[in-house]
Amino acid sequence: MTDLLKISGLDVEFPTRRGTVRAARNVNLTVSPGEVVGLVGESGAGKSTIGNAIIDLLEAPGRVSAGSILFEGEELRGLDENQMRRVRGDRIGMIFQDPQTSLNPLMTVGAQLIETIEKTNNIKGAEAEKRAIELLEQVGITEPKARLLAYPHQFSGGMRQRVVIALALAGDPDLIIADEPTTALDVSIQAQILDLIKRLCRERALGVIIVTHDIGVIANIADRVVVMYRGEVVETGEVAQILGAPEHEYTKSLIAAVPRADRKLDRFSSVDYIEGGTKPFKRIDIHTHWLGQSRDVRGTGKAVEIENLNLSFVLQKALLKQNRKMLQAVDNVSFTVNEGETFGLVGESGSGKSTVARLIAGLYRPDSGMIRVIGQDVVSNPKSAAARKARRALQMIFQDPYSSLNARMRVLDIVAEPIRFYGLTENEAETRRIVGDLLDHVGLGASAALRYPHEFSGGQRQRISIARALASRPRILICDEPTSALDVSVQATILNLLKDLQQELGLTMLFISHDLPVVRQMCDRIAVMRHGAICEVSDTEDLFSEPKHEYSRHLLNLMPRMDLLGEARA
Amino acid sequence: MTRWERFKDNDIVWSFLSSPGAMIAAAITVISILACLFAPLIAPFDPFDPSQISLWDGKLPPAWSDGGQPQYLLGTDNQGRDMLSTILYGGRLSILVGLAAVCLGMVLGVTLGVISGYVGGVTDAVIMRIADVQLTIPGILLAILINGVGRAFLPLELRQEFAVYVVIIAIGLTDWPQFARVARGATMVEANKEYVQAARIIGLPAWLIMIRHVLPNTLRPVLVIATIGLALAIIAEATLSFLGQGIPPTTPSLGTLIRVGNEYLFSGLWWITFFPAIALVVLVFAVNLLGDWMRDALNPKLR
Repeated sequence: MTDLLKISGLDVEFPTRRGTVRAARNVNLTVSPGEVVGLVGESGAGKSTIGNAIIDLLEAPGRVSAGSILFEGEELRGLDENQMRRVRGDRIGMIFQDPQTSLNPLMTVGAQLIETIEKTNNIKGAEAEKRAIELLEQVGITEPKARLLAYPHQFSGGMRQRVVIALALAGDPDLIIADEPTTALDVSIQAQILDLIKRLCRERALGVIIVTHDIGVIANIADRVVVMYRGEVVETGEVAQILGAPEHEYTKSLIAAVPRADRKLDRFSSVDYIEGGTKPFKRIDIHTHWLGQSRDVRGTGKAVEIENLNLSFVLQKALLKQNRKMLQAVDNVSFTVNEGETFGLVGESGSGKSTVARLIAGLYRPDSGMIRVIGQDVVSNPKSAAARKARRALQMIFQDPYSSLNARMRVLDIVAEPIRFYGLTENEAETRRIVGDLLDHVGLGASAALRYPHEFSGGQRQRISIARALASRPRILICDEPTSALDVSVQATILNLLKDLQQELGLTMLFISHDLPVVRQMCDRIAVMRHGAICEVSDTEDLFSEPKHEYSRHLLNLMPRMDLLGEARA
Repeated sequence: MTRWERFKDNDIVWSFLSSPGAMIAAAITVISILACLFAPLIAPFDPFDPSQISLWDGKLPPAWSDGGQPQYLLGTDNQGRDMLSTILYGGRLSILVGLAAVCLGMVLGVTLGVISGYVGGVTDAVIMRIADVQLTIPGILLAILINGVGRAFLPLELRQEFAVYVVIIAIGLTDWPQFARVARGATMVEANKEYVQAARIIGLPAWLIMIRHVLPNTLRPVLVIATIGLALAIIAEATLSFLGQGIPPTTPSLGTLIRVGNEYLFSGLWWITFFPAIALVVLVFAVNLLGDWMRDALNPKLR
């Protein structure tokens, strides 16, 4: 079979004022018709850069400095803007990550499709409209004729991504480059979109390049895999070989770091190939240390109790109550978190799991219901001294490590803030010593104290967040998707850190995630949420072996197939 | 790395050093401010010293034209004061009034804006409606009103002395809504970020979160408005003085000089108006250029 696309010796450079960054080095890659090639790597590996280089959409000042890109036997490198425009859309289609931003919100879906069809196919009017309806039908949108007149905001995320795929197909291309096509979508929709891409690839004998960080996506869709690390291709091969018997050390580490869903392990396998994986951190003797002193008060054995919690948000304001549109974000939720356990809260986006966490943390006030933290009612009189004291025992770690730290404060001041505010130490010298200990303990090193957050990577920032949460000597830690913004290798080290801390300090953890394998590894008990209500609360092993609720079964079925992954990740 | 190298490495400093327009604007601004600040040392004459002023030397043209005298480089005004010295002293007053008025407007506006954005609800509605109402009245009319009321309350003998402060308050009270709007917008963005939520969970009181966390992160856009606001405040002072509502003619500011000169414009004494006007235009233009550059440099989306 002849190659549809053949990239050889490709170098991409980004000249900056701090020297030239080589985003891709000597990359070789081929795609045949009817084949899905997965381009996998972590952030900064240069995988998106390759996709953009093929269609000459590199962000300034990036440029291709060496190598060749042969597409159907024609050299794409060096084509001018006019020639390139005919290649883009017409012969190579592109699917972007975020369906929210890749459609024009001011144009109807039909207008955008027809515009693209007219430009690429040389047909006009009614014929173009007919073609648009066909395309929407092919990507699985029901009632395509009526949908042509709808605006993007009237579509759900998954449907929008289908429209984006229809747009990519409009010019009847031979190659499609999909850059993280499902990252912004829920698992249930992710599976559908991947199926669609795969089906179209087979039916139309398209070449497809899927750029992703997610091994699960690769396992589900790719025929061949190209693994990238820091701008270089480290391994290329059939999907079964790469996932089952990887040869390169980096691939092994990467695959080992993927949390497994089939059984529970004590710890995540640590990834030593990548950033700060096995950095030894200073152990402190918790029993004599300041941090350990918070353990003396023991409560009722129940850390958090929630009864019949309700909260609705106003979607559309109106003067009269009956005209307001409300969203029931939390619908009669009750559960209890026992002291010392890790309690998981899972659900898809919009299920209300983060809202529950924020209610417990006191960021929102419930419309009705009861929240008790260590036996203390914190709802009816939130300003009372007893409620404040109970709340102090509860801290939170957030999802986005980039917005959860104040960029204008030094790490020392960020971590020391609760210590200073509550006067937990005798003097400033002691505060500094404890901040140093905390930073050591989370694996950053005390020298981090005098730097600013922007000098740290995402995983390191998450460690700072954890140190800050520990500084007020909490007994309950709420983790709201603590690793979903991180690379899979960093995720493993952060989750291991959380596990260690929980054991040492006897913390109670409320762990919120959409990622079932991660939840299985972390949690003792799990509550499954959907549309603001709880479907079931079960012990972790029970949930995974025999889910009681229909929706839990549905979620479990949607987990990416990982049976290709061999025992490489023991 | 030395301190200077680290300073040069800063993105904003770098953007400044690679933008000739910004550097020229900054140079003009700094030179103008320094020249006015050190007017007593630089100016050849002291326009406030009656012994140096002689009516015989009044209305002399610039040194290079017919009848000009070399010691009066830019000529003299109707009272025989050296134009160059008067412009330097006058510019000093204009810049002082501009800076003080902007500071007043900024402190007031940012305080109200941050409270409005962070607290929300009724407080927000009340503060922003007041700002909206104020924005419907042309600024200069409002300044004239505040100025007039302010003066009426002062006893006659103090009016001259306190005229400058009344003008500062009049201009400052006029331009706070701009600051309030910008600060409120930035606050609403910051208040939703997770670091503010983290501070709330720690249990910090709202005022401390506003001062320590929100305020420092809203200052960038405020700084841009402040720079452009400085230019506007200088113009406002000049306008007030030109209309005879601001600073009395005995203590010259750029505005009073232009007004005085305006009366002689048709008698051919063009220089009394021309030079102060040029000084005003150059100063305002430079400050505006600086503000534009700052807006671009501080906005990561435009970089």
